[in-house]
Amino acid sequence: MQSLGPDLPFPPRREDLQNLVVQLDRAGGSRNWRTYAQYEDGPVVPGPWGGGVGSSAGGAGGTGGAAKGGAAVTDGLRKAVREQHAPIFQRVDRDGQPWLAIGMPVDFTDTDAGGGGNGTGRTGPDATPSATPQRGKPSGLIVYAEFALADEKADISALVTAAQAGALPALALAVVPALFAARRVLRPVRRLRAAAERITSGELDTRLPVTGRDELADLTVTFNEMARALEKDDAELRRMEANARRFAADVSHELRTPLAAMSAVTEVLDEDAARLDPDTADAVRLISDETTKLARMVEDLIEVSRFDAGAADLHLDEIDVAVALRKTLQLRGWQDQVETDLPEGLRARFDPRRIDVVVANLVGNALRHGGTPVRLTAYETSGRLRIDVADQGPGIDPQALPHVFDRFYKADAARARSSGSGLGLAIAMENVRLHGGTLRAANGPDGGAVFTVEVPVDPLGGAGVGAGPEPGGEGPDVTAPVSGAGDTGTGDTGAGDTGAGDTGAGDTGTEDAKNEEGRP
Amino acid sequence: MTRVLLIEDDPAVRKGVHLALRRRGHEVEAAASGETGLLALDRFRPELVLLDLMLPGMSGLEVCRRIRETQQIPIIILSARGDDIDMVVGLEAGADDYVVKPASGEVLQARMRAVLRRVVGEGGGDGAREAGSGAPSASAASSSRSSPSSSSVTYGALTIDRAGLLVTKDGRDVVLAPSELKLLLFLSDSPGQVFSRQQLLEQVWEHSFYGDVRLVDACVMRLRAKIEDDSRAPTYVQTVRGFGYRFGPL
Repeated sequence: MQSLGPDLPFPPRREDLQNLVVQLDRAGGSRNWRTYAQYEDGPVVPGPWGGGVGSSAGGAGGTGGAAKGGAAVTDGLRKAVREQHAPIFQRVDRDGQPWLAIGMPVDFTDTDAGGGGNGTGRTGPDATPSATPQRGKPSGLIVYAEFALADEKADISALVTAAQAGALPALALAVVPALFAARRVLRPVRRLRAAAERITSGELDTRLPVTGRDELADLTVTFNEMARALEKDDAELRRMEANARRFAADVSHELRTPLAAMSAVTEVLDEDAARLDPDTADAVRLISDETTKLARMVEDLIEVSRFDAGAADLHLDEIDVAVALRKTLQLRGWQDQVETDLPEGLRARFDPRRIDVVVANLVGNALRHGGTPVRLTAYETSGRLRIDVADQGPGIDPQALPHVFDRFYKADAARARSSGSGLGLAIAMENVRLHGGTLRAANGPDGGAVFTVEVPVDPLGGAGVGAGPEPGGEGPDVTAPVSGAGDTGTGDTGAGDTGAGDTGAGDTGTEDAKNEEGRP
Repeated sequence: MTRVLLIEDDPAVRKGVHLALRRRGHEVEAAASGETGLLALDRFRPELVLLDLMLPGMSGLEVCRRIRETQQIPIIILSARGDDIDMVVGLEAGADDYVVKPASGEVLQARMRAVLRRVVGEGGGDGAREAGSGAPSASAASSSRSSPSSSSVTYGALTIDRAGLLVTKDGRDVVLAPSELKLLLFLSDSPGQVFSRQQLLEQVWEHSFYGDVRLVDACVMRLRAKIEDDSRAPTYVQTVRGFGYRFGPL
């Protein structure tokens, strides 16, 4: 173009353009271009063969014709070249064949070209894009070239086929040894992972065989050392813990013997205190009281050490909840101080001795530290038995709340000594846990502490319980029992009448108990 | 007043219990070892034995077995060991009750009274039991006091003489400890009726608090060993799962 451009008369006539196109085609003939030229808004001038190439009419007629017949040079491309005045190329699909179309505006190099007749087109279809920035004055001449990419496409297809044919087997050949190599590395790593999992689950005697002398072998050695150290520490800890437990149990047992002698005679002391002079009487009563307290504390300690040693057994029995809880109150003479709301006929499977201890400790705690009236409520929700013990006292300091089940925890530092052993709530907690249940402490909405026991009902063919009343979906909700305890202020089942019933020896007691048991 | 033999090696406990029981009007003989205790058994002829388990020389369990071999005297174990297993072992040796130290004089007195009452087989508790059970045999049992000949009731191979407090199986006497006898009497009083272990504990042992239901289990086990053909497939004292025990139906 650089060479042909100057020869072009200006402004070019159609014949001149055709001539230019022919020459350009000839210059790039080997590359199988088809060239077109256009001046200003004039028709796109194809080469002399132009008519033959177009699928329909010869493209020479006008812009519309060129777009149809003229192949890859579309209206869009022409517009873009004119507007942007820059070389534009576009890939076009024609009849399923890819074509590359290039549009190139030809500029005057001479800035004074307006006067001179010899405009110089600098650029050609294959000119470098760097021509564009040195923008000259547009000559109005635009040259297009289109170029079938079918050969290139065929080449690429051939390449792809060759790659597929050649590379895939090669890849397959490479993958097999790679997998073997990976397995060799992965197997020990997997073994390490499995061993780590075993250690996590408590099998501290896990060791791995060391093979080879690579990094994995080093890692295995380190792992084994870690396991050994862990096992040693664990054994040491266990030994110390066992010692501590045995010590507590031994101390408790050893304390029992002297206490047995003292407990046996405390009544003797109490009886005689009335006849002694006041000071001696006080001393005697003090000794008597403290002995009783000490005996209870030792009992609690032994119970705790039994839990710690995992020696606490669960003797499950199917029990009528209301009967059991009333009996607990009655045995301790609490009927008059405790309001009850206990559903008749509710049966649950639990260890009566342990639930007795739980309720006795909770109620005793409420009576000592809370305010009367203490309210004892039992009900069933979602297959779980809930027992609430609520009092009307000042409630529990929120800061103390998480610690109330700690051993020997005293909520009030000033009250360093109380009549309790400081183990009651801890023991209650352990007993509830043994049943697979939960024990929670909270403050009620209108003051007072609320302790909530929740244990599975686990009915065993008990007609009274039935699997029926299970609404389901009601999750454990801390607030529910609290508000429930406040709401159920209706039924005071009157400890008086039941109190007489179960005294054990009397006829009525026997009858009641039998009916209770014989009903299902 | 009861003649009590106390076998206890710890001098303080010995003295304390001795004092407490004497104050309650019992006649107490104290022995510091199992051997002297067994000797005192013949000489002193006690109505009840209070037995410590951890003794020097012969263990309390051994003493318990020796006494049981020859006598049906009530035995109460008084032990510092309160674990379940200790209790079960002690009861299996033939004791009638198990009291864990420390126990107040009051508790001891109550347990003794309960154990002693069931041997005599009369008194308020017994009467109430029979009236309360409402079983047909109750009338037979209460009328038996006036006419001992009609007091025997036969269940299968088992004959129970309520007045004479004798139990025979296939014509042979069955030697039962006091607690076993009273349990059998109580259960057979209302055949077929189910009693929970708690009820049995209250009625037979007169404990009115939770605990020691193992006492019932251990006693049932001992009783079965004596009266059942196959104690693993019992016919007389049957277990009702989830409830307790019943006598028969045969």
